[in-house]
Amino acid sequence: MDIFLENFFNIDSLIQIYPLLVQGLELTLLLAIVTLPLAVLCGLLIAILYSFHIRWLNILLLIYVDVLRSFPVIVLLVLIFYGLPFLGLKLGSFAAVVMAITVNNSGYYGEILRAGVESVPKGQREAAHALGFGPIRTVVYIILPQAIRNVLAPLASNSLELVKTTSIAALVALPELLRSARVAQEQTYNPTPLTAAALIFFVLLWPFARWVAKLERRTMIVR
Amino acid sequence: MDKIVENYFNLQVMVEAFPTVLGGFGLTVLVSILVIILGIGVGLGFAVLHCMNSRALSAAIVVYVDLFRTLPQLVVIIFVYFGLPYAGLALSPFATTVVALALVLSAFATEIFHSAIRAVPRGQWEASEALGFTYFRALFLIVLPQAIRLAIPLLTNRAIAISKGTALGTAVALPETLGQAQSVMAIVANPSPLTLAAAFYLTFFIPLVIASRWVERKFSPRSR
Amino acid sequence: MTTSTLAAADTAPMIRLRGVSKWYGDFQVLKKIDFEVARGERVVICGPSGSGKSTLIRCINRLEDHRDGEILVNGVTLDHSMRSVAAVRQDVGMVFQQFNLFPHLTVLQNLMIAPMKIKGVSKDEAEATAREYLLRVRIGEQAHKYPGELSGGQQQRVAIARALCMKPTAMLFDEPTSALDPEMIKEVLDVIVELAGQGMTMVCVTHEMAFARTVADRILFMDKGEIVEEAPPEAFFTNPRNERTKAFLGQILHR
Repeated sequence: MDIFLENFFNIDSLIQIYPLLVQGLELTLLLAIVTLPLAVLCGLLIAILYSFHIRWLNILLLIYVDVLRSFPVIVLLVLIFYGLPFLGLKLGSFAAVVMAITVNNSGYYGEILRAGVESVPKGQREAAHALGFGPIRTVVYIILPQAIRNVLAPLASNSLELVKTTSIAALVALPELLRSARVAQEQTYNPTPLTAAALIFFVLLWPFARWVAKLERRTMIVR
Repeated sequence: MDKIVENYFNLQVMVEAFPTVLGGFGLTVLVSILVIILGIGVGLGFAVLHCMNSRALSAAIVVYVDLFRTLPQLVVIIFVYFGLPYAGLALSPFATTVVALALVLSAFATEIFHSAIRAVPRGQWEASEALGFTYFRALFLIVLPQAIRLAIPLLTNRAIAISKGTALGTAVALPETLGQAQSVMAIVANPSPLTLAAAFYLTFFIPLVIASRWVERKFSPRSR
Repeated sequence: MTTSTLAAADTAPMIRLRGVSKWYGDFQVLKKIDFEVARGERVVICGPSGSGKSTLIRCINRLEDHRDGEILVNGVTLDHSMRSVAAVRQDVGMVFQQFNLFPHLTVLQNLMIAPMKIKGVSKDEAEATAREYLLRVRIGEQAHKYPGELSGGQQQRVAIARALCMKPTAMLFDEPTSALDPEMIKEVLDVIVELAGQGMTMVCVTHEMAFARTVADRILFMDKGEIVEEAPPEAFFTNPRNERTKAFLGQILHR
């Protein structure tokens, strides 16, 4: 037990690497704060375009969404970070991560919000039209609020996954929380930094994870 | 345009890279299948245990579920690979990826199955009891089949999402599709192997994604 | 609406359809329909299901587009232009079979959203109007509930109030009581009768023949995409001329 504590919860090591972890945490949070709204906006754009029911456009959007859903986000990141420079387009690691996660999640959010839009009964659109709402106002005031409410659970769940995904930045040497912990671990020859990083992720995301689970439970209620 | 073709769709490079990347793809498929079987199997087992009315057992399961549902997949992989050896448990990259992703999927699966079991209407339990079923028989013969049906849409999506995490195996030098493509890319100084890898992922996951769309429609509890 | 259109519209019919035809694929739902509604007139349309009656009134505010013919509503010719459609929709209220209240908004918000967002009416004014109409349809006390918390009859009365809040010059009712439980039909019909008494121009698709008899100036019977018979209520019920009308009335009155 002592050996276990010394290895995984080593106080000395923790004090030593504390500043590194704080820096890492800041970068993780920054990544999340930048990426989340961007991805939601892209997804929203997809869903709104979809809701106009233009046949050829919808087919294109479905293909876009399904292709993105089929790509591991890390493949996208590698393509952007290691592949694009061959075209002369060299992005920094931060920009590459933001772009990879945004593009990847635009597909997910697009799909979720699209399903939400489709879950709104046809009569709602008709009633809005009958009252004089144009296509854009109908979507903004009548369709979207209902759509978002209907898919709140997957929306929240996906947002949680997005924040978790920021840890892939570690693979392109961006010193966010996980990467910082790895660096610290190699400096101190002790896995305590890894334990600490895992704990920080847990404490940060756990309340949100509980909330998501609660929302998901509700979607299963049989009517 | 020539530049794009030469760099990303270089036929010669792709032909050269094909056997290596294909080998990696085999590993991707193998890891995915193992993760899905282990993850869903363990998840179902834990969900049933969770229904056994044992407080200690349930508490342990809740901790397990919350932990692995919350931690990023990559964090789990890195921890298993770089952390556990200090506790005397050194796993190969292959074992690491399978175990880490199965831990994550099993946590989600436990949660999903358990919610589904609880979502089966009370009347089903009551009807079973009235017919003389014991608790276990009611659970396995009446409630669980309905619960699994309810669980399928969420479970499919989650299984696909976590299978895609096999690509994270590169972080611990697992020679799967992405890792193999990257190593060829480094040798030939041309990213076409990445395109090839992307194509492999598409052929594997697009059918699953389309199937999940169908499954979602078919099993949706709120079909409007 | 400007005064000049009002003056011009006074003599012209409120709604006029000329030679309106519509197809769903190969199936012709409307066959050269000619149909007029004068200002203040109340017209009831009845007929078997699939006769095209719902399609007809849905063409009047272009929830469905017609292929041939001309539709004129309060001086505006309906065509593909967004302007004509917007003008007509602001001018004509509609009540649906399935109510189609907005479930994410309270009753009061359901009534306020269109005047505020479409007409630019101030919040206070919109609320005052909304409360006034809620009282008129006798559900003033439900203002802050959500549609899902109301009975079908209450929901349909809210839907009527919602349409009225746009101060329409005509109202379209598409089988307003068909989705209601029997005990709720009367409370909705009472509201419509009252509205008719106040001189509102209305076109109502319904199977409620007693209601048609009290409220209608004219009854239209449609079958297979055509207007088969058109008469004042007394003549329509006591002395139908067409065989199809007789058969229909025989079925519906002796159920």
